[in-house]
Amino acid sequence: MNRPEREAAVRRIMERTPPQVPPELYGEIVRRGGRMLRRRRAARRLMWLLLWVGVVAFTVWALMAHPWVEPPSETTPPLTGW
Amino acid sequence: MRERQVSQGARRAREFEAFVAGAAGRLLHAATLLTAEAPDDNPRAQRLLTLSLAHTYACWDRLRGEDPYDRARQYLATRFARGAWHQYGGLGRGRPHPGSALGALAPQERLIVVLRLYEGVAEEQAAALLGLPVERVRTICDRATATLLHPSRGPAPKVAGAKVVPS
Repeated sequence: MNRPEREAAVRRIMERTPPQVPPELYGEIVRRGGRMLRRRRAARRLMWLLLWVGVVAFTVWALMAHPWVEPPSETTPPLTGW
Repeated sequence: MRERQVSQGARRAREFEAFVAGAAGRLLHAATLLTAEAPDDNPRAQRLLTLSLAHTYACWDRLRGEDPYDRARQYLATRFARGAWHQYGGLGRGRPHPGSALGALAPQERLIVVLRLYEGVAEEQAAALLGLPVERVRTICDRATATLLHPSRGPAPKVAGAKVVPS
């Protein structure tokens, strides 16, 4: 028996008894798929919200703290008593 | 705008229903062969099919011309490959049903035989999908074919590393 014959024989074995698809399967698929979609959408919205909150918080902090201004030097001792 | 969304949703539902009507029978047959259950009592195969078609439903709008059947089959195969190691291996759970066509094979052999011979996926694609070398896929397929056609010899000895590679 060569390879194509063997493969055809295995295919015949596999195709003997096809199972019946239960009719309620479609509803279950749509229910689960819809839930997956809703969860993904919620996760995406949450991500955008967090990003937005982060940007706003950073801007507010930067405007309050002015991190680009050089802080006054603290290494030179103050000039006193001359 | 609202109307367009509604009509788009309706069209999407129609398309998906037509797809399921056409593909569910064949995919359920493949899933039943994978889980080695009897054709009339296949809760695990039905669960596998439900999950993979629900996944297809969830990414239906992002397919962009890709074949949904292909996508569902890929998901089915990788999900089975991941689950096989935990659920259908040892531990006495999930003994193959005697009425199943592929009951004599190990889960990985079943997966490769179903992909290669039942679904007609090319060797290279099946290997890429499972994360195995092409030669290994060919060897496993040949061994599984021999086991199926000559059951009197008994199953081939287990080769070390015959576990399903997660991919």
